[in-house]
Amino acid sequence: MSAAAIGLDAGSTTCKAVAVDAAGRIVARRIEASSPRVDEQAARMIAELQREAGGVPVAATGYGRKRVAAGRTLTEISCHARGAFALTGAPGVLIDMGGQDTKIIEIGERGAVVDFAMNDKCAAGTGRFLEVILGRLEVPFAQVAQLRAQAQRAVSISSTCTVFAESEVISLLAAGEPVAGIVRGLHASLASRVAALCRRRPAGGVLMSGGVALNAAMVAALADALGCAVRVVPEPQLVGALGAALSALA
Amino acid sequence: MTLRRIEYELAGCAGPWLLRLQEWQKARARAHRPRKPGPFGPPLECTRKLKELMSLHYLQGRYADGAVPVAWVTSGFPVELLRPLGFHTLYPENHAAMCGVQRLTTGLSEAIEREGWSRDLCSYARTDLGCVATGRTPAGRLPRPDLLACCTNICQTVLFWYRALAAHFGVPLVVIDTPFVYGELKPHQLQYVRDQLEEAVAVAEKVAGRKLERGELAEVTRLSKEGARLWGDCLAMGKSRPAPWTGFDGFFHMAPIVALRGSEECNAYYRTLLDELRERARRGIGGIRDEKHRLLWDNLPIWFAVRELSTLLAERGFNFACTSYTNAWAEAGANVDPADPIGSAARAYTHIILNQDLRNRLSILQRLARDYACDGAVLHSDRSCKPYSIGQVDLRERLAHELGIHVLLLEADHNDPRAWSAEAAETRLSAFMESFA
Repeated sequence: MSAAAIGLDAGSTTCKAVAVDAAGRIVARRIEASSPRVDEQAARMIAELQREAGGVPVAATGYGRKRVAAGRTLTEISCHARGAFALTGAPGVLIDMGGQDTKIIEIGERGAVVDFAMNDKCAAGTGRFLEVILGRLEVPFAQVAQLRAQAQRAVSISSTCTVFAESEVISLLAAGEPVAGIVRGLHASLASRVAALCRRRPAGGVLMSGGVALNAAMVAALADALGCAVRVVPEPQLVGALGAALSALA
Repeated sequence: MTLRRIEYELAGCAGPWLLRLQEWQKARARAHRPRKPGPFGPPLECTRKLKELMSLHYLQGRYADGAVPVAWVTSGFPVELLRPLGFHTLYPENHAAMCGVQRLTTGLSEAIEREGWSRDLCSYARTDLGCVATGRTPAGRLPRPDLLACCTNICQTVLFWYRALAAHFGVPLVVIDTPFVYGELKPHQLQYVRDQLEEAVAVAEKVAGRKLERGELAEVTRLSKEGARLWGDCLAMGKSRPAPWTGFDGFFHMAPIVALRGSEECNAYYRTLLDELRERARRGIGGIRDEKHRLLWDNLPIWFAVRELSTLLAERGFNFACTSYTNAWAEAGANVDPADPIGSAARAYTHIILNQDLRNRLSILQRLARDYACDGAVLHSDRSCKPYSIGQVDLRERLAHELGIHVLLLEADHNDPRAWSAEAAETRLSAFMESFA
């Protein structure tokens, strides 16, 4: 393996690490559920990649970045922009939906961040919100997209707080609302909050990264809410780690 | 002379010596602690004088009630009318900011929220009402007011806040209602404010037990105008490269122009500060050690997080060269006129930034960004100050596109740490700074 740099994204839900070669291509990858001991987990994951790659430069991003022994630390916003630009080679608008927050990033001509917006202090409108409510509905991740597509109509979920939304879903189930309709309503509610943050919608559509991009139901709901195409970048969970690795490479 | 008056005068005479002694003791204790070199330039010498001036004001305040008439006043009230009548003035907003810096707000807010006041109220109002309810204050003691004076030019909250104070203390309340200015102020609007000021004088005279001497009013107005000019000159020193101080320093050094406006002590202080800033600019001493980028700050500061925010920014070479909030105090007072104290006060105090439309706000921000050569701006979307925060999404767009600068909207609260997410704010600010690369 000819790795030239390592990037680590210590996120709130998962910890991702990639090694890239001198051309910026991913040559090794690791994804694990986030451990409460970020520093130990990050050190182990970096060491694993370094066993194959050698002592190449390391950069870290994500909420746990300050706990990582890396030569450089950057925010997820810069890293997702850089990573997505490397994968698509074009400027545009990127929606990064992670476990704890959602970011709308406008990427400029050379991959730099032109502008960004984030959801406010609470985690409603993020992956964690989906995880909690789908858990309550006992819907496995693999069935989410199919259920959403099956729904005759979206059941309205008005709460913007995860805790209240969970109570609301319990009440809806008790009132006999179908699970598929609730799943559709849940995604529509979440997508409308993201759409409110996304002021610019390029004609060619927007890009999407982050772990939530693996949920096809969310991608479809976002496309409905935004009224434009949503293109998921390849390996969306790794985009932040890739951006970090590319900055270490530079 | 009553015993109370003697105590008040003594506090004014002996206070400075006591405060200097206290400061000397603190400095001695500090001398043994090793200082880490930080991202900031050498501290302003004047900061010690500022502490002394404001501490003395609050120390004298402890003995003011019963000695002289006391008025509690909003920051935008034409205080020039009260000073010639011998009022000791207390600014609840300034006092609340002091509580915010010392991180006392949460306890005070909770005290008043337990009594049924909403957490959605302005955190200055909650801090003040909490102080009144509990008697807790970092100043030791606040003087009981004989008069409450508020002006709606800064917000409508002050009207209800001061009504609550009036009900609590059972003292007269003077309200100056300033019509919101869209474009130009109409003659009948000006007359409306002017009439209210004349009525306010009559109430204040009754409380003070003496007539307003028009010559004294002209003199206080002259002092106020000069104070605003001096403060404006201090702020303008931020145009030097590097700026000899930070916008966050300005938040603290604005205390005299808010709380002691129209007094010779206020003006003497700003003359000294101006001399120091000029000297620093001449010698190339910056507010931060390595100024790479210059920013504009809009809205009130986040009092409880000023230090951590300024450090985060200064470590990466970012300095706030100017702030729209501190600038407002230079602009308002500049328009008062000793030849027509009441008429000019009506005009000046109706034209303050928060009482004018968004077009005016935009032109002020654009002018400041240009004059101070800023390459970025942070608009603090202040949960507690709706009049200042409304329209910021549009202001952000216009500033970014028309001036081509980086603009960040930062959500926080000026005095309530419970509405503050340090981690999220740090991520936003860090990403904002990274976007300059």
